[in-house]
Amino acid sequence: MGLNRPAPRDAIEAVFRGEHGLVLAGLIRYTGDIQLAEDALQDACVAALGAWKKGIPDQPAAWLTTVAKRKAIDRVRRAAVLHDKYRSMAADMDEAEEDDVELEVVVDERLRLIFTCCHPAIAPEARVALTLRTVGGLTTPEIASAFLVAEPTMAQRLVRAKRKITDAGIPYRVPELHELPERMPAVLAVIYLIFNEGYSASSGDQLIRPYLTSEAIRLATILNDLLPHQAEVIGLLALMHLHDARATARRDAVGDPILLPDQDRSAWDSGQIDLGIRLLDQAIDLHQPGPYQIQAAIAALHDLAPTADDTDWAQIVVLYGSLRTYIDSPPIRLNEAVAVSMAGDPKRGLAMMDAIDGLGTYAYLHAARAYALSELGAIGAARDAYREAIACSPTDPERRLLERKLADLPADAG
Amino acid sequence: MKYALLIYEDESSQPTDGSPESAERYQQYGSFTEDIRSTGILLGGEALHPVDTATSVRVRRKERSVTDGPFAETKEQLGGFYLIDVEDLDRAIDVASRIPGATTGCVEVRPLIGWD
Repeated sequence: MGLNRPAPRDAIEAVFRGEHGLVLAGLIRYTGDIQLAEDALQDACVAALGAWKKGIPDQPAAWLTTVAKRKAIDRVRRAAVLHDKYRSMAADMDEAEEDDVELEVVVDERLRLIFTCCHPAIAPEARVALTLRTVGGLTTPEIASAFLVAEPTMAQRLVRAKRKITDAGIPYRVPELHELPERMPAVLAVIYLIFNEGYSASSGDQLIRPYLTSEAIRLATILNDLLPHQAEVIGLLALMHLHDARATARRDAVGDPILLPDQDRSAWDSGQIDLGIRLLDQAIDLHQPGPYQIQAAIAALHDLAPTADDTDWAQIVVLYGSLRTYIDSPPIRLNEAVAVSMAGDPKRGLAMMDAIDGLGTYAYLHAARAYALSELGAIGAARDAYREAIACSPTDPERRLLERKLADLPADAG
Repeated sequence: MKYALLIYEDESSQPTDGSPESAERYQQYGSFTEDIRSTGILLGGEALHPVDTATSVRVRRKERSVTDGPFAETKEQLGGFYLIDVEDLDRAIDVASRIPGATTGCVEVRPLIGWD
């Protein structure tokens, strides 16, 4: 194994982060045990910190894999002295050691792992955490902070999920084609949740966020590479690109959010928008419509409007109508009502908003009502609605933005 | 891996013995059992009498207490079980979903610890 450039510790850690998912997936396949694979990789990383001081090897993933496999065998041999159960495991692993892991094949291991982590037999909130931990390579504290959960709680959630995989015999395999309709929605939901956790301003650690959005896009890209021609996979990928293209324009210099109509559209990533549109076209050509493709089409209409006033709201209203045939949730209804209001009918939009149940503490509902009310000239009511929105708002930047909107309202005519 | 497939059903909505519905159920269970026996995954299984035949036994400080009725009063009761040996949970779920009772009640899939 050739060594090159001397490496400071943070360069080594960057390599760990980049290679973690790939190496771990191969190790899980090799050991058949997530916890053991994680422990062995941890051991290998500790070894690498020393060994790589003089230089990072040409193929760090292969180096880590080889060392981690040896560490896994050591761990199992030690345990075998105490438990019968580990003796056959040690024998199996000695056998498997001969055929060295090929890294191209390991990409498939990650796909296997996504389906394992998103298995319907695992609790939904654990699926996201487990996917980020094992496929994405985030640390437990990072995941805990991204989801605003105490670290011991998150650690326990992960331990429980890993134990269930082992004890209940959840397999490491990509479902057969006929099983995909049943299994794919959970995987796509987890990926989109990871993306939204990174994209939304609601909570959590700001440093982890961009990592979550790019990780979600990376996972969907892997899924699309390995299971091509799945319209909703491509649709989700398109949707995430079409949103992420606006990422830099969504915040001002101090990190406060900028709403869509007020964003500098020249700061949007036109290359990423083109990519999203191309993907969406590919998905639509497969003639398997679905909710991610519809949401991507809505995002595309926003991305393609040269100015906010040029937005094709009438078309967006139609798209929300068809989205509701798949997901009829209060937030989707609210978005549809906003689109109706923006399409030039704030009166009907407002009536639709007032008919939605269960969003009383949702700042966006009150802000949307405030906007529709101000369009209708009901400035006093609009002011009350903005105050309500401010009271419900979970973050300071969002509150500041709403306070500016409130201040911008014209003086009450009476 | 070995699994217990525990069949829970609402006893009050079961077809009465001797009715055509009941005969059909027996027939469905018969052909399902034969099917998994012939593929070699069946380890065992039994049907249970209704919970009004149940007796609960507890021993506390060496004192034995015997009471009428099941351990827990629930809407759905354990009515029978299969023990199977299949490759993994997905296969166990496939088998569980073919149990006639899955269409009216619920089948709980539980891995066996297996001491051997």
